[in-house]
This record gives sequence, structure tokens and C-alpha cells, in this order.
Amino acid sequence: MQRLLRGAHIIDPATGFNAVADLAIADGRILARGQIPAAFVAEEVLDGTGLVACPGLVEMALQAHTPGHGRDGDLASELRAAVAGGVVHVALSPATDPCADTAGVIHQQRAIAAALGLAKVYPTGALTRQLAGAALSEMAALREAGAVAFSQGRRTVSNGALLRLALAYAADFALPVLLHSEDALLAAGGVMHEGALSVRLGLAGRTAIAEQVGVLRDLAIAQLVDCPVHIRHLSTMAALDGVQAARQRRQRVTTDVSIHHLLLTEQDVGLFNIHAKTLPPLRPVGERDALRQALAQGHIDAISSDHCPWGVDRVGQTFAQAPFGIAAVELLLPLTLRLVDEGVLDLSAAIALLTTGPARVLGLPTPSLAPGAAADLCIFDADRYFMVDPRQLVSPGKNQPYGQWELRGQVRYTLVDGRLVYRA
Amino acid sequence: MRKGLHFGDADIQHGADGRLRHLLSMEGLRAGEILQILDAAESFLEIGQRVIKKTPTLRGRTIVNLFFENSTRTRSTFELAAKRLSADVLNIAVSTSSQSKGESLLDTVDNLRAMHVDGFVIRHPEAGAAHQVARHVGGEALVINAGDGQHAHPTQALLDVFTIRHYRGPIENLVVAIVGDVLHSRVARSQIYALSTLGCPEIRVIGPRTLVPAELSALGVHVYHDLDAGLQGADVVCALRLQRERMETHRLPSQDEYHRRFGLTSQRLEKAAADALVLHPGPMNRGVEIASELADGPQAVILAQVTHGLAVRMAVLTLLAGALGGEED
Repeated sequence: MQRLLRGAHIIDPATGFNAVADLAIADGRILARGQIPAAFVAEEVLDGTGLVACPGLVEMALQAHTPGHGRDGDLASELRAAVAGGVVHVALSPATDPCADTAGVIHQQRAIAAALGLAKVYPTGALTRQLAGAALSEMAALREAGAVAFSQGRRTVSNGALLRLALAYAADFALPVLLHSEDALLAAGGVMHEGALSVRLGLAGRTAIAEQVGVLRDLAIAQLVDCPVHIRHLSTMAALDGVQAARQRRQRVTTDVSIHHLLLTEQDVGLFNIHAKTLPPLRPVGERDALRQALAQGHIDAISSDHCPWGVDRVGQTFAQAPFGIAAVELLLPLTLRLVDEGVLDLSAAIALLTTGPARVLGLPTPSLAPGAAADLCIFDADRYFMVDPRQLVSPGKNQPYGQWELRGQVRYTLVDGRLVYRA
Repeated sequence: MRKGLHFGDADIQHGADGRLRHLLSMEGLRAGEILQILDAAESFLEIGQRVIKKTPTLRGRTIVNLFFENSTRTRSTFELAAKRLSADVLNIAVSTSSQSKGESLLDTVDNLRAMHVDGFVIRHPEAGAAHQVARHVGGEALVINAGDGQHAHPTQALLDVFTIRHYRGPIENLVVAIVGDVLHSRVARSQIYALSTLGCPEIRVIGPRTLVPAELSALGVHVYHDLDAGLQGADVVCALRLQRERMETHRLPSQDEYHRRFGLTSQRLEKAAADALVLHPGPMNRGVEIASELADGPQAVILAQVTHGLAVRMAVLTLLAGALGGEED
């Protein structure tokens, strides 16, 4: 279908285009931007007045629980949530049940995603069998099946010798390797950041140095075997310093921060709020502010929502029992705009961190709204504020601490290859 | 479908009218409320010495003791406290292993709510369990935390400050030392908040760094890793129970080594004030955190703590029941 998006403010980080213009879409691609050919006949005109259009967002870590038992959501529910948040490109976490350590799982995820026709799905294969960190996965088979990256989900390879072999083996495939870096023994048992608040609440703490030690070890091993790596969801300045030092010695390393660690602190755990239980744990305000500064200075490659839905069955659990994770892919854009409101980023830098940044990390084609590019769009209302109501969210995972937050950036339309997959 | 939980209501202990309706933690309690409980407990202590020990305060009310963890002292004093106030008492011991296979904590609570009970006394091995229940039942029933994981044990702290005040007068004039595994102790955490709210001028915590980390100073206490230095001139010494698990998790090399460094004996106590009071929440490991000669000696008030615990729990039940809705006689 040929569509015309009329009068939207187009922000395209890849080309630096940032102006109000019309956009013609035909055959799943951007046909023209600005000057629309006289011969172009739109079957549908989307009124973009007062709206912002940017490339469809990229989420590098979405736990879809497919394959899985379905009680915590599945690929269908979570992709519906993703497109409702303007997210068009979704990399799946390998932490499914069974996990993505066989070609069959990757095929299954791709087939289901293709049938759904919602967001574009990019499975990541398990770096080690069963994500157990004890044996290499069949990486060639995983790549052949369509894995775009290897990762351990939110698990670490505690055996350094095995990680060395896994990274050396993975380096042959030239696919990104995403690591959750944490010293497993230093972190063992911790359910929140270790500090005055964990002591006050009597909860087992997870020391910040577990992340620092894990990142330094993983970077040293990656350097030894000359494997580029992506360090996932940094939460501490000391770990980021390790990444910066690696960059200075010309090591190929990228990194991201979850939006939660940019907005929340350990104080959001409050009195045992299970919805603020995530990995890495929410840190003190000093760490959050340092991460914001690093983000503003361009040291962080991408922002992720680290989407991890848990069904309402889990609401009855205590803080220690509850699983780690926050489900907020639908709010990724509005939450990131909070950083714009607070003066951390400008709008176009924020959009770059949600589009071109994560695409580069994952080795995906650069999202763009230039003529000829795939018509993957996120069209949102950047001006109107709304109140987050968890009941209105699409994902069955209601585990997020943003209820009653006033945000802006509600998505109005999401297009994938020119198809309208979401309309508010 | 169950509604989502809300965690923004920081002060769930108090109702909209400002009255105390749940007792979950000493943190957030006002000095006036603590003193009100202690004063009421003094009168219940007197009633406990009568031949007829019952009062009609809670007649017609039903209190459930919901214990997910073993307890002798706390459970039996809560039971007796409710019975002496003429409440009907239901004792439920749930083994957590069977619970993990079956219904959740809130489902258990919902079943009891369906029986229209008026109060829950909850002990649970995990921090935050009582808060979760209080959030769930709101103003419909009173909730008393009888120990949640390593978080809080407010009635123990109340009976401790009651005991201290009973023997030594106002807390404002006393130096109190807490000795042992403060990091893992719900008792210590609650004692610290109770003592500081009552204006204790100096609270010390004493133990090895593996059990008394520097972060504790954020609670406003003075941290000591040397027993003699920490006991110097203390008016009150509170021992804590040492769990065997601390050896298994390598926080200590052995019980003997712990006793050598931090075990309370008559000799070590000489550093404290001459008439220093010695408390222990029980159950004691004789010869580990406290020597028998001290536990059975004149300065120890360990059995008085149990007696006081009964009076304090009667006072707490009375106060909270007074804030409950519904007709009263």
C-alpha cells in the first residue's frame, strides 16, 4: 500500500535530517522525503501534524519466553507490546525454555515471528550450551539458523577458561557477542545493590564490585583472544571505566545501559518493591548520574529496556523469591524522553541511542528514513504528557515500577516495511 | 485477577487517620507511639501478676498466628497475649517447603481473610513478607511482624527497650552495645531503630567485619570490631544469637574462635559499666555468644525479657485493635 505521512517532524539520525517534511512510502520503502513526486498517489494519508517520525526503534534484549510455558507472555504478546512502543527491531534473549542453544529454537522463533508479521525479530544464540557456561554451543548451526549474535542472557560464564574458549571460537563467526559481565561468586545470592539500603532492609546485597571484576575479566579475556564484545547493561562507573580503558587500548568493545539504570536508583526498591528488582541491581544515585554523564558524552552505544515480562502469578512472591527483570519495552521511548526532559540528551541523540546505536551493536543495517531505506517507522506524539497506567500496557508482564509516572512520547503509528502494524 | 501491588505508600504502618494500624518495623514509628506501648505494657505487667490474668479488651476478635518459621518464645507469648486479652487465637504453622509447592503467602492470607479474622501475627523467613501482607489487607485487619527474614522483629525490640527502661530508666541516658551478628539480625536492626527513636545517645555494634560491615554506620551506630573497646563503659549489653550457618558460609572460622573474640563472659563484661544490664533475645548458644556464668548471673535479665515480651505484645495488640474498624463493645 502506498502511504503518505504528511507534515511530521522527521528525525533521522543516520542522515542528520531533522525537519518537518512529507514522507512517501511505496513497496515497503521510503520513496521520497520532502519533495514528493507529482505522480505519487497515496492510498492512505497519515496526518503527521504535531508528531515526530523516526526510524523504528531497536531493542537489543527482549525476553519473549518463546519457547516457554506462556504464563509470562510469549512472542506474540511481547511483539505486540514492542510495536505498541514503536520498536520495530527486536533481538531476542536466548534465555527461553528450552534456551536458544539449538538451531531448532532459532527456527521456531523466526517462524512464529514471520507468521505474526509484527516487529522484525533477530534471535540470539546461546554462547554456551544451556547457558550453563560449561560447554560451547553449536555456533555455526545457530548462525546458519539465523542467530544474529551470541549471548548468555543474564547469566555469566563463571569459568574463565571456558569463556576464553567460547570467545575464541565465536570470533570466527564475526557475529556480535553480548556478555552479562559479573563475578558470579561475588554476586551470589544478592537480590539488590549492596549498601546502606540492603543493610536496612535485611536483604542480601549484590556488591558493585562484582560487576567491575566481571567486566575487567571479560574484557581481558576478549582482548587475549581478539574477539570483539558487547558488554550489556552497565550499572556502575567503575565497570564503565574498564570499558573506556579497553577502548583506549583499541579493543573493539561496545556497551549499553538499560533505561532503568538511567532513571531509577536503589531507593526505588523502597519497601520491598518486587517490580524494582532487576539485574544488574538498581544502584545508588551517584552511579546513575555518572551513567547519565557518560551517556551524554557519547561513551554508551545504546539504551535498552531489557524487557523481561513476568506474569501476574508472581505478584504474590516476596522480594527474595521474585524473579529479576522489568517489562517496559512499550515505555522505552517515553522513558528515554524523560532523559531529554531532564537535560541529559537532546531529542535526536536520544533517538540515535534507540535506533542507530543498538543496530550498530547488533550488526543490523543502519535504520534510516532516507529514500530507498526500508519503511520502518515510529511515529509518536512528543508533546502530550500521559500518565502510565500498568493496566493499559499490552504486555501481560505488569512488572514495572513506572505506574503513575507522567511521560510523553506515546506512539501513534508503527510501520514495518511500510505496513501499519500498530495504530494507537 | 489479582490487582498489582503498590509500593509508593511508604507509611503503611499508619492509617489515613494517622493511627498505628500495623506494626511492621520500628523504622517509621514515632517516639510517642513507642512510649505509649511501653507505658501500656507496664500496666499489663502488673495484670500478669494477678491470679485472674484476663482482660476483655479483644473479646470477639480473632487473631491468627501465622508462622512460616519455627519459634517457641515469640509464638507462645503472642498466643498467650491474645488469650489474656480474651481474643480467639488460631495458630498456624506452615512449613515453607510445603508452601513453595503450594499456595502463595497472599493466598494463605486470603483464605484466612475469608474467615473474617481481625489480625495476623506473621513470622516468615523472607524480608518484606509482613509488609506484603499489610499492603494486601489494608485496614481490614491488623498485621504484626513477628520477624521477617533478616529485616525486622519489632516486638522483640519493644520488649528489649521495655526491659532496659524497666531496670535503668530513660533510654536517653544510656550507652547501649549490641554484640554479634548484626548484619543478619532482624533483632539488632529493630533494636537500633527503637533505641535511636527513643533518643539513645550512643548505640554501638560490635563484631567481626564479616558480620558487622561498615555500611551499618548508615543506621547511625558506632561500629567496633574489638569487644573490649566496644564494651567500654556500656550501660546495656545486648547479645545476639550466632547462627551455625555463619560458619558454613565462611563468615567465621569456628564457634570457638568467635567465642574467643566476641563471646560475652563475666571477665569481658568488666569493661562495661559496673551494673551493666545483659540482654539476649534467645535462644542462647551457651559458651558461644554468652558464657553460662553470665547468662545465669545477676546482671542478666534474659528471663525477664520473656515476661516483658508477653506484656509488650498485649500492649501492641490492644493498641492496634483500637485502630481497627467495626463496632466495639
